[in-house]
Amino acid sequence: MRHFATILSHEIRMSLVSSSTYIAAVLFLAVMGFIFSGVLENYSAAAQETSPAAVFFQLFWLPVFFMVPLLTMKCLAEERRLGTLETLLTAPVSTAEVVLGKYFAAYFLYLLLWASTGGFFYILYKFAGDARFIDLGPLLGGYLFIAVSGLLYVAMGVFASSLSRNQAVAGILSFTLLFGIIIGVRFIDTLEVLNLATMKPFRDAIDYSNVFTHLDDFTRGVVDTRQLLFYVSGTVLALIFSILGVEAKLIHS
Amino acid sequence: MLLPHLPMSVESPAIEVRDLVKIYSGHTAVSKISFTVARGEILGFLGPNGAGKSTTMRILTGYLPATAGEVSVCGVPVATRASEIKKLIGYMPENNPLPDEMRVSEYLNYRGRLKEIPRRKLSLRIDEVLDLCDLTRVRHRIIGKLSKGFRQRVGIAEAILAEPPVIIMDEPTIGLDPHQILIVRDLIASLRGRMTVIISSHILPEIEMTCDRVLIINQGRVVATGTPADLRREVFGQARYDLEISGDIAATLPAALTQIEPTLHIAASGEPDAAGFRKLTLTSVREDDLGDTLLHALAIDGRFRVRALKRAQPSLEDVFLAATKRSWETVDAPAGASKGPTPNVQ
Repeated sequence: MRHFATILSHEIRMSLVSSSTYIAAVLFLAVMGFIFSGVLENYSAAAQETSPAAVFFQLFWLPVFFMVPLLTMKCLAEERRLGTLETLLTAPVSTAEVVLGKYFAAYFLYLLLWASTGGFFYILYKFAGDARFIDLGPLLGGYLFIAVSGLLYVAMGVFASSLSRNQAVAGILSFTLLFGIIIGVRFIDTLEVLNLATMKPFRDAIDYSNVFTHLDDFTRGVVDTRQLLFYVSGTVLALIFSILGVEAKLIHS
Repeated sequence: MLLPHLPMSVESPAIEVRDLVKIYSGHTAVSKISFTVARGEILGFLGPNGAGKSTTMRILTGYLPATAGEVSVCGVPVATRASEIKKLIGYMPENNPLPDEMRVSEYLNYRGRLKEIPRRKLSLRIDEVLDLCDLTRVRHRIIGKLSKGFRQRVGIAEAILAEPPVIIMDEPTIGLDPHQILIVRDLIASLRGRMTVIISSHILPEIEMTCDRVLIINQGRVVATGTPADLRREVFGQARYDLEISGDIAATLPAALTQIEPTLHIAASGEPDAAGFRKLTLTSVREDDLGDTLLHALAIDGRFRVRALKRAQPSLEDVFLAATKRSWETVDAPAGASKGPTPNVQ
């Protein structure tokens, strides 16, 4: 793991000087700002039971669907297409170091983008001058959920990128995987067939992996170690598959 | 040098390849290649496209696993100790992939850190390498905006950065103009003796001028190996003379030639030009130069008038064409070889 830090700092540096990062960031903040002002409009129209932060984070999947593929689709696919993966792997660097370095660089950017939405709440607090709008519990819970779930989402994006040399394919694949785990699981959860007694184990498994249940728990301040384990184990698995994906392509190239 | 902890035995050859086989999903790219490269030697890899040059190079670097066979670099086996091999090799892949958005010095700095050059030495070494590759002027330029010649030299600078004992370059001169080729050639020649270098190329005079030894590969097999001079002898086995002569050639010249030297034959004959001179190609198995004897004998013979005579040196190109044709077994080697382009040796 000697070169992990070198690759990580290199990747972060490269993405901070690249214009596409800033374009993605502007788009992200525009969408999030739009959502946030929509939420606030609802609150100004009628009294609501939950805090604005809780509603805001309910829509977390929307930016995840386009941000995660955008941030990760390039990382391995582009290196492979340009052939720089070959120069990278013929230096005294292991595949694991390369994948982890790129993964954490993408995760860092993901966190950075989400952290910038903290500005919305600061502006709200500053101009409303009312601490009641800022319910610190759901806010911190929401950001914690974003950080924890982001581990898995970014890892899935890196995995998709390890499978293809085409960025667009990697992007679409990553979108599909994310859609499956966020919306797909939620949809299956609503199936009537799962209510049968014999389907109990499936029902439990689906409930366990329903992202929206996790979000509710986090914003209510419940940090369940089983949910943490779900994301951490999923992340580890996705990263192991990414490393294998890169190496398998070498063996069968 | 850089890696004193590595158990490199000084006596072992820089590269040893034995019965190397690589099969890609049923297609045999390399079949039973064996060769050895001594330390400090510059070896040229020649072969038509798809001959297995790049595959062999990639296996040498530990990037691709071999299907069968043994490869060792400085006595270290590639298959089991790939991580050590990577420290012993400076590799420039085909097409020289470089990150377009980085600056030259930034890139070398990043690569230097990956190659575990101590931080104190790194900036000094980068200055040294930039100077050696004549890149000092462009050190702050963005790689994506450099011309091909500069990019190629950045690739070479990167390969020699960590001063590895073995340098492998896959077509370092491809796409360069003659002036840039000259610079790259000098650069490679300057490594002679200090580092073991393997280069592959299509530009044959290039290989001939830089390399101590040449390895010709076709269809995954070594078809010829040796110094360029050895190869000429091995592949042709005969000396060739180009003669411009007028007179009654068909009837009397063969007999006259046999008198001069029994093994001398007319291999090819051209049409007479306006002045009545024909261009002939003569061949002989005699190794020593017959030019003087031949010219003297023909000049005093009243039946012929000689305008020019020269001994043709088959270029590596001829050798290459002959050797690869021979391995394809579609054309008989000597007959196929004589059709190759003849160099102008004046």
